[in-house]
Parts: sequence; C-alpha cells; structure tokens
Amino acid sequence: MTTTNQVAIEAVGLVKKYGSTTALAGVDLSVPTGTVLGVLGPNGAGKTTAVRILGTLLRPDSGQATVGGYDVVREAGKVRSIIGLTGQYASVDEDMSGRRNLIMIGRLLGYSRPQARAKADELLERFELVDAGDRTAKTYSGGMRRRLDLASSLVGNPSILYLDEPTTGLDPHARNGVWETVRNLVLDGTTVLLTTQYLEEADALADSIVVFDKGSVVANGRPAELKAQAGKQSLDVRPAEPAHLERVAAIVAESTGSRPNVDVVNTLVSVPVSDGSSMPVVVRRLDEAGIAVTELSLRLPSLDEVFLALTGHTAEEKQPDAVLEGASR
Amino acid sequence: MNTATLEPAAHLGHRSRPFAWVQQSLTLAWRNIVRIRQNPEALADVTFQPIIFLALFLFVFGGAIAGGGGWRGYLPQLLPGLLVQTVVFATMGTGVGLNDDFAKGVFDRFRSLPIARVSPLIGAVLGDAVRYSLSIVILMTSGFVLGFRFDNGVGNGLLGMLIVLLFALSMCWIWVWLGLVMKTAQGVQGIAFLVMFPLTFGSNIFVPTSTLPGFLQAFTKVSPITYLVDTERALMGGGALQKPLLITLAWMVGLVAVFAPLAIRAYRRRT
Ligand SMILES: Nc1ncnc2c1ncn2[C@@H]1O[C@H](COP(=O)(O)OP(=O)(O)OP(=O)(O)O)[C@@H](O)[C@H]1O
Ligand SMILES: [Mg+2]
Repeated sequence: MTTTNQVAIEAVGLVKKYGSTTALAGVDLSVPTGTVLGVLGPNGAGKTTAVRILGTLLRPDSGQATVGGYDVVREAGKVRSIIGLTGQYASVDEDMSGRRNLIMIGRLLGYSRPQARAKADELLERFELVDAGDRTAKTYSGGMRRRLDLASSLVGNPSILYLDEPTTGLDPHARNGVWETVRNLVLDGTTVLLTTQYLEEADALADSIVVFDKGSVVANGRPAELKAQAGKQSLDVRPAEPAHLERVAAIVAESTGSRPNVDVVNTLVSVPVSDGSSMPVVVRRLDEAGIAVTELSLRLPSLDEVFLALTGHTAEEKQPDAVLEGASR
Repeated sequence: MNTATLEPAAHLGHRSRPFAWVQQSLTLAWRNIVRIRQNPEALADVTFQPIIFLALFLFVFGGAIAGGGGWRGYLPQLLPGLLVQTVVFATMGTGVGLNDDFAKGVFDRFRSLPIARVSPLIGAVLGDAVRYSLSIVILMTSGFVLGFRFDNGVGNGLLGMLIVLLFALSMCWIWVWLGLVMKTAQGVQGIAFLVMFPLTFGSNIFVPTSTLPGFLQAFTKVSPITYLVDTERALMGGGALQKPLLITLAWMVGLVAVFAPLAIRAYRRRT
C-alpha cells in the first residue's frame, strides 16, 4: 500500500481540561509528512497543551492522536523515538555545561561516547554555542538557553519536530538562525509543528497554519489564504492632487484586480490585498500616467487584527465572508 | 505494514538492547555527579555541615556531655551517631533535587526521549548514593584525624559504613516520594526539617537515652535511628550487635517496601 500524501501527525477531537478551564475543546489537526504546520494563537489558546499531548508529555482527556503512525498514548515510547520537542520554557540542565547537556542526551539515546561528543560538537557549532559550550548553562542568556534547548531536541535526528514558540525572546539574528535551521530540517524531510505568536513567523516558515482560540481551531489554511481572508492588509495610495483620485482608483483597481475604497475626505485610495506583489505595478502605472503621490504604503495586519478578523469579532461589517472554510469547529 | 509508520532513527539501539535502561540510569547518575562537581556549594550539607557538627559537639558540648572523659572520651560515642545524622539529613536532598528538576522542566526533556521511564528516578537515587558516600568518607576521615579508630576491627568498621549507606538508600525513598508529590522544593525542605530534627536529636546520637525524659525514651525505643546508631557503635567500637542490626535491617526493608512503591506511583502519575 502506498499513500502519496503521508500524514505525519493526525489528531482528532483532542480535549484537555484543567479543573474548570478547558485548555483544548476538541482539536483536529493533520500535518502531511515533510511539511511545516504553524499553530498561531493568543495567550492561553491551548497551543502548548496541544504540543505536550502530541509530544506524549500529557494525556488527552478524550480524542486521539497518532504521530508517525503511532498512538501518542498507547505507543508513547515509539512516538518518543521519532520526535524532538523544544518546549516553551527551556528544559536544559542549568547545572551542566551546554556540551554536557548534549552529550548526556546523546548517551541516553544510545550513542557511544565518541558519537555523543561528535554530535554535541556539531550542534554547538550549528547553534553558535561553541564559545559558551563549556560554561554551565546557568550562565547562558535567555536566547542561548533556547538555542541549547533546540539543539537538545535535535540530538536524536528526529523525523518529527515540535517547536513551542521557538523564537520568543530571541534577537533578530538568532531568530533568523532558527528559521534557517527549520528550513534546512524541512529540506531533509523533517516534519515540523511550530507554535508562534507571530504571523510573520508562521508566514515565513509554515506550509499551512491553524489558528487556535480558546482551545478550538478557528481557522486553517495556507498562510496566503489566511492573510487574504483576514482582509486587513491594504494598499494605500494618496495622490498629491485630489483631482487625481478617480484615475488613481482606476489604476489601483486594474493593478490589483479588486475594487478600492475611495476616501474623498482624506484623499485616499485603499484596497485590500493579500501581499505586496501588486505594489510595483501600481507604482509603474502611476508613473506612466504622470500622477504624483504623497503616500504609497502597504499596511500589514497586526496579529490582533488577524485574530479579530478570524475569530469574527469585528470583521463582520467589513467582510461578511471572512469566516473561513473549516473554521468554527 | 503501515507505510505511514516512521522508523526510529537507526542509531537508536534501545529496542535491540534489553539492558538499555541500565545504561540510561547510569548516564543520569553521571549527570547528578557532574552537577555536584559543577555546583560544589550544593554539597555543603554533606561536607562542611558534618565537619562543623563534629567540631561543635565534640569541643563545645563534649566536655559537658561526656563528663570526666573529655572530648577524647566522647569521640567514639559521637562519631557513629553523627555519621547516622549526617547521612539521614543528606537523604532529604534527594527529594529537593528531584522536585527542582521537575520545576525546571528537566524531566520534560527526559520524558520526551525514548528512554526507560524509571531511568531518571534510578539515576537520581544512584547519583545521590555517591553524595552519601562522600559525606560518610568526609566525616570518617575527620574522625580519624581527631583520633577515632575502628576498635572492633577494620572489617566491621567498613561494614558499618556500608550499612549506613544502605540505610540512606532505603530512607531516601521517603524524600523521593515527598519530592514528587509536593509542589515546591521549599515545601519538601520544610517537612524534612520538621521530621529530621526530632528524629535525630530525639535519639541516642548525642546522649545516652537514659538521660532523656520518659516520652522521648518511649519514642527512641521505636525510632530506627536509635537502632542504627547502636549498630554503628557495635560495629565500630564493639558491643551487642545482633538485636540492633536485625531491627535496623527490618526498618530498611520496611522503608523500601512502603515508600518505594509510593514514590514510583507518584512518579508514574507525574510522568
Ligand atoms: N497545568 C495547568 N494547570 C491549570 N491550567 C492550565 C495548566 N496548563 C495550562 N492551563 C490552562 O490551559 C489553557 C491553555 O494553556 P496553554 O499553555 O496551552 O496556552 P498557550 O496557547 O500555550 O498560551 P501561551 O501563548 O501563553 O503560551 C490556559 O487557560 C491555561 O491557563
Ligand atoms: Mg504556550
């Protein structure tokens, strides 16, 4: 039997309650092998809870999940042998050096001493921790700890990797490094599930995104779909001459394929767009028409705006069709 | 064959190695020893504390307690008692350390690895056996410097050191259990002191039980500490051995029989 689109992670109806708090209220997920799923959601949405269940650290109250074909409850040991997990809070051993942390994990995984050392060296190199490798992790900065934690989860060459907010608290350079690492892992065939608060991050890395809110999946789709349907990104053009408003509106309409809003009072033409690809076209056309503009901008939606749009709290008036397919389960 | 099933990475020999858990436990014991080395101040309770206690009781209270014999006469009585107290106090560090590991998320890392579930627990206890041994060696060395000798033969003296170590390894399961069920390390420590002080000071460690008030004498008659101290004194200095040794061994079996299952159950619940 061959399936062309193998599923690495499959969850159906996951429920987890803490007392009266419902952390997960029936979550379904499906991640094809070799792809990246971004789990986006505000604080308390249930992202960490989902990761911990899929990482065998927590049992769901109901529902079930398979990872690499193994049940996360009944075959937890097998699941553990194919996953790597970097939790939201670094789980490094503070009283040991970074190198020893990695060697210990290698040894636990059955590497010989030299193998474990070689693997530790390789990972310290990859995460730019060589200089700090022999210091106790207690002396590491927050970002260094996160990198060590990430390195720890890669010792076993996992084929499925969970990253719970991997770049929170990292500086831009370190964040780019993590993104690079994720991309390389995916090139090697690793399946990645990452949670994030940053739409930008999900957009940069994920093949598909699910949005959690209050323990439920409120939206899912490819990044572009979500952003388009969030309907909050807009291309704004302000002509220098109010008389040019109509011509600008026509140019924008032609270039983007959508009908723009024309705000006569503020002399502003704005149109919802999914990305900035139409921007150069607009600029060229305006230039050809000899129209001067005082403002030309692409407003990115903030995560707040996206959440609000996707959870349908404020988007109704503007975009009644913003509710996504497969949403509100 | 389910094609969606992923095979574990090739180096993961844990499925073909039936005794992988032994190596994993040893690795985790090694971790605890490395931690001690990199964090020597955490070792104060098994290094400086016994030496200070020895000096304090010997030179400050020794004259008063031992009367005419002076501190030299008190040393053969005191050292086996202090040995018991030191090691019993050291056991609570095991619970505090475990609690700390859970609080800091280190166990989350272990639990996400394909290793035997009990390895971290066994590793913690084995690692602490090294700590206990260290405290025994340090205290005995200090005693020897001050003139203590195994009057009942070196073999019996060494046997005494071994028995006190085994007692510690039996007793530590109380603290392992408490360390797993309690919320904070401070809480574990609080309970530990509440139990340890009456247990060790309300005993024959420092004074003969005949000098204690009636209710305390009754308590010392059942306390395992009394019998362990008597065992140690008999092995290291001479005296009746059989009764205290048998009662001590019975207590060791009892402690393990009750608290090891409780600890393992608490551990399984948390992992
Ligand atoms: N151990 C726990 N005990 C009680 N409640 C918990 C526990 N863990 C999580 N919760 C609750 O479950 C809900 C979901 O928490 P979770 O940590 O999964 O959210 P999250 O999406 O990861 O949030 P964040 O972005 O802040 O990390 C929250 O309301 C939280 O208070
Ligand atoms: Mg979280």
